[in-house]
Amino acid sequence: MMTDWPILSAVTFLPLIGAAFIFLIRGDDEASKQNARYVALWTTAITFFISLLIWIDFDTSTADFQFVEKRAWLGGIFNYYMGVDGISMLFVILTTFLMPICILASWESITKRVREYMIAFLVLETLVIGVFCALDLVLFYTFFEGGLIPMFLIIGVWGGQRRVYASFKFFLYTLLGSVLMLIAIMAMYWQAETTEIPKLLAFDFPPEMQTWLWIAFFASFAVKMPMWPVHTWLPDAHVEAPTAGSVILAGILLKLGGYGFLRFSMPMFPIASADLAPIVFWLSAIAIVYTSLVALAQEDIKKLIAYSSVAHMGFVTMGIFTGTVQGIEGGIFQMLSHGLVSAALFLCVGVVYDRMHTREITAYGGLVNRMPIFAVIFMVFTMANVGLPGTSGFIGEFLTLLGTFKVNTWVAFVATSGVILSAAYALWLYRRVVFGTIEKPNLKAILDVNRRELSYLVPLVVLTILFGMYPKPILDVLHVSVEKLITDYTQAQLLVDQVKFALKP
Amino acid sequence: MIYQAIVFLPLIGALIAGLFGRIIEPKVSEYITCSLIVIAAILSWIVFFQVGFGHETAKVEVLPWITSGSLDVSWSLRIDTLTAVMLVVVNTVSSLVHVYSIGYMHNDPHRPRFFAYLSLFTFAMLALVTADNLLQMFFGWEGVGLASYLLIGFWFKKPTANAAAMKAFIVNRVGDFGFALGIFALFMLAGSINLDEIFATVPSLAGQTFTFLSWEVDILTTICLLLFMGAMGKSAQFLLHTWLPDAMEGPTPVSALIHAATMVTAGVFMVARLSPIFEITPDALTVVTVIGAITAFFAATVGLVQNDIKRVIAYSTCSQLGYMFVALGVGAYGAAIFHLFTHAFFKALLFLGAGSVIHAMSDEQDMRHMGGLYKMIPQTYAMMLIGTLALTGFPGFAGFFSKDAIIESTFAASGPFSEYAFYLLVFAAFLTSFYSWRLIFMTFHGRSRATPDVLSHVHESPRVMLIPLFILALGAVASGFAFKEFFFGHEYTEFWNGALFSSATNDLVNEFHNVPLWVKLSPFIAMLLGLGLAYLFYIFRPVLPGIVARLFQPIYLFLYNKWYFDELYDYIFIRPTKWLANKLWRIGDQSIIDGVVNGLADRSLEFTGKLKTMQSGFVYHYAFAMMIGLTALITYFVVTGGVGQ
Repeated sequence: MMTDWPILSAVTFLPLIGAAFIFLIRGDDEASKQNARYVALWTTAITFFISLLIWIDFDTSTADFQFVEKRAWLGGIFNYYMGVDGISMLFVILTTFLMPICILASWESITKRVREYMIAFLVLETLVIGVFCALDLVLFYTFFEGGLIPMFLIIGVWGGQRRVYASFKFFLYTLLGSVLMLIAIMAMYWQAETTEIPKLLAFDFPPEMQTWLWIAFFASFAVKMPMWPVHTWLPDAHVEAPTAGSVILAGILLKLGGYGFLRFSMPMFPIASADLAPIVFWLSAIAIVYTSLVALAQEDIKKLIAYSSVAHMGFVTMGIFTGTVQGIEGGIFQMLSHGLVSAALFLCVGVVYDRMHTREITAYGGLVNRMPIFAVIFMVFTMANVGLPGTSGFIGEFLTLLGTFKVNTWVAFVATSGVILSAAYALWLYRRVVFGTIEKPNLKAILDVNRRELSYLVPLVVLTILFGMYPKPILDVLHVSVEKLITDYTQAQLLVDQVKFALKP
Repeated sequence: MIYQAIVFLPLIGALIAGLFGRIIEPKVSEYITCSLIVIAAILSWIVFFQVGFGHETAKVEVLPWITSGSLDVSWSLRIDTLTAVMLVVVNTVSSLVHVYSIGYMHNDPHRPRFFAYLSLFTFAMLALVTADNLLQMFFGWEGVGLASYLLIGFWFKKPTANAAAMKAFIVNRVGDFGFALGIFALFMLAGSINLDEIFATVPSLAGQTFTFLSWEVDILTTICLLLFMGAMGKSAQFLLHTWLPDAMEGPTPVSALIHAATMVTAGVFMVARLSPIFEITPDALTVVTVIGAITAFFAATVGLVQNDIKRVIAYSTCSQLGYMFVALGVGAYGAAIFHLFTHAFFKALLFLGAGSVIHAMSDEQDMRHMGGLYKMIPQTYAMMLIGTLALTGFPGFAGFFSKDAIIESTFAASGPFSEYAFYLLVFAAFLTSFYSWRLIFMTFHGRSRATPDVLSHVHESPRVMLIPLFILALGAVASGFAFKEFFFGHEYTEFWNGALFSSATNDLVNEFHNVPLWVKLSPFIAMLLGLGLAYLFYIFRPVLPGIVARLFQPIYLFLYNKWYFDELYDYIFIRPTKWLANKLWRIGDQSIIDGVVNGLADRSLEFTGKLKTMQSGFVYHYAFAMMIGLTALITYFVVTGGVGQ
């Protein structure tokens, strides 16, 4: 075996140790704030580098769970059971990669309650990594719901003016879905008598029950994605969240829903998934067109990007439920790429927000005159958002559409029209913010990106282009696991068909 | 190695000028990008002779790109005669435009950025023409679109330039929407998007149907039409042409390179490259013919009355692209590429010549403020004259051979649609001659209508701008005569070496010689008529245009306003979209969805009281309690669980 030490637990709980250190820092003066920042930065950076070992040691030739750790938990009824496969591994890396960026992005913009802020982020990191590594349903649920609390606090405490409204909307929406999921989890336990995910993956739930379980999980995941029409919490949450909060929300938390579909809905309830896929297709296609149009009408930069996120997640749900290799791999790739691109876009908004303290599009214009480097960086991410070939944004969109076309040409047709609309809203935003002459007097002294900002924007630029040109490192990780997922999925359909066939007179 | 060098040298130039342009001297950026492109151009000619006359072909895989299930595409270079021709066109014009820009842009503060964009464009275009699969073609396709967007909007302070850049990108995306769907359909039905595999499978799909949307449609016709939609967008064909005239907001060298010689011909290249599919899909070819003929005619009519010197040439480009599509539509692929080849020289010449005029006139583009310039800038005048003779198809010049080949092939390909196209093309030849000579007469002859201040500054362009014009002029004169037998003549089969596919019954390359004499003479007569009429209107009786415009005012306004396409599209696409966007947001999201959610949220408002206390200092207690709880729980059970095992 590659490593003997519990690397997944180390990566998961290291941030918590960092949080404990910060908690021990006393005082409220500038020095202790600075200490809190540095501890958080070091913790997340070390976590990231350790997590890279997972990728390096990852065996791309097997679909089994790797780096497995298993200990009895809660008196042996449930297990502390961790492991990753090709579907979940890269989300762990994405999380650990974005976290140091979040800390850096908050370096100067957060000046109040710095300690608590850093603690909230570190706790959040632990919980999110836990979600992707958990191989026990109860453990998964604990992490999954636990993540809500720090995010709720981040929006509610360090957010903008309407933060209370936004954080409650966020909380209510997600809680509603979660309750149904909890009930479903209990039902699954009574039926299968285990909460271990690998065992559940092999368990055949009765077709009728699958539908109910599928709907219950769907309620939770659809809100997280978010899918139309339960998406309206996202723009509000983004607008009120601090920059780093938006980065985590768009970069990682939105992926929990897609991951859930891949880990639970598709493999555990394959028959229901196939039956209900048309609904998902149409919700996705509507989401792509509807939210792209709504994005066109926005006056707030963050809201515009938030709506475009919903549209991009539409490609993910659509791709996943095609049950085709291209659709699913494209969906996962789209999530990872969106994790980089949307995070970067929110960081770009953060750059100008920190300087001007407004997100109104009309408050800007002509930034390129004062901020040429920013203009280039923002252009790269705008183009990635538009899905220009050569950027990572293209690969996911292309593969999901390719997979969908095979299954349903109407859905692919409607969804492909999103490429026109995304160009419209993204370029229009860019034109209004960056191009033109500077007319607002308060923009005349605005400064270009500084070194700290470059330190996290440049790696994102490099990765966005690298994975657009050479997605192999990512796709290689996915192949075997996705293949297994599809084999199991189609086999389940075959079985049902055989039963139906046998029942015919 | 030579193939990789041709494609990647421009990219290296773009990266150097783009990344370090702010640090190094602008001159250095210029020299680096220019020399790299010139090297690439020289190599391209070497490859052209090796491939076209030495019959080499090659396929070079550079890097794997996307592998997913049965989809397997890589970055690779497909070198055959068609590619070699395009390499020559792209790199020759690009290198000349690069050099010319040193002079044309010498006052611009953002020169490194300009040269980086030009080189980036060249790279994307090269990736497009060397593509061995449809996805790399799509990469190049959208890559040139990006470069075009950046270059049209190069002067980012001009609102009109920004609007034009956006329009170009979005209209092209409409075409790309079709292109993408075509790729999806090909992958589903042919099982691959690599060219050789597609070409091997498509014959078996002929005549078969599949369900697309809710209809049972012919497979190949549908695929070809979807792909052609992409070609229509990129090559500014009728209905998707509106972006091209506006694209003239960019610097003039850009218009010459992108919006005349290379990018806009990508659609023609695409159809020619996919000739094995189009050739066996007669219905799709008919559509190509009809759209091409309409474009050739429509754009020429609009070109008659424009006053901006660049816009006249832009409509001319649009019209000439229509000619190429007609050639493709009737099955004369060689003639289409031949015209693409010659057109690149003379149209780039005309644009760069116009740039030289604009340069001399202190950035004046309106021909109504020009006149009588031939004495002041004689070399530019001579070059423009050569370009015009080539464009109008004067015997002996390049356009004469390629355009007549198209018109004659169109006649030879008997059929109701090609006959219709034939008449439109001949009439368009008349219009072409009229607007081209109108341009020459208004700009260079007659009395000067410029202000004395502008006139005192009129000067011939520097040598760095003139020498590229001379080289292009050489092409505009000689490229037709020198290559006619190869592109579309006796050496056809040997020269193309299978790069263009013609079915066994398609013998246009020989038949077009045998058309009746009146057909052969008709474009020539049309050209003379156009010249004569232009002379009458703008030299002999300069009052006539005003009288005619007044007499036929509705027609004049209809043409002057470009058939009202912009207004129409604004009315049926842009406004409804904006209206819908606003309604979906205000009513769909805010009233309906949020209305329901907020109803629920109001119930829980009592909780806000608690939230307030949390904000006022107890937050870390919560976070801490949660953290401690979680850690304790997990540690406890990890430890006891471990013991339990």
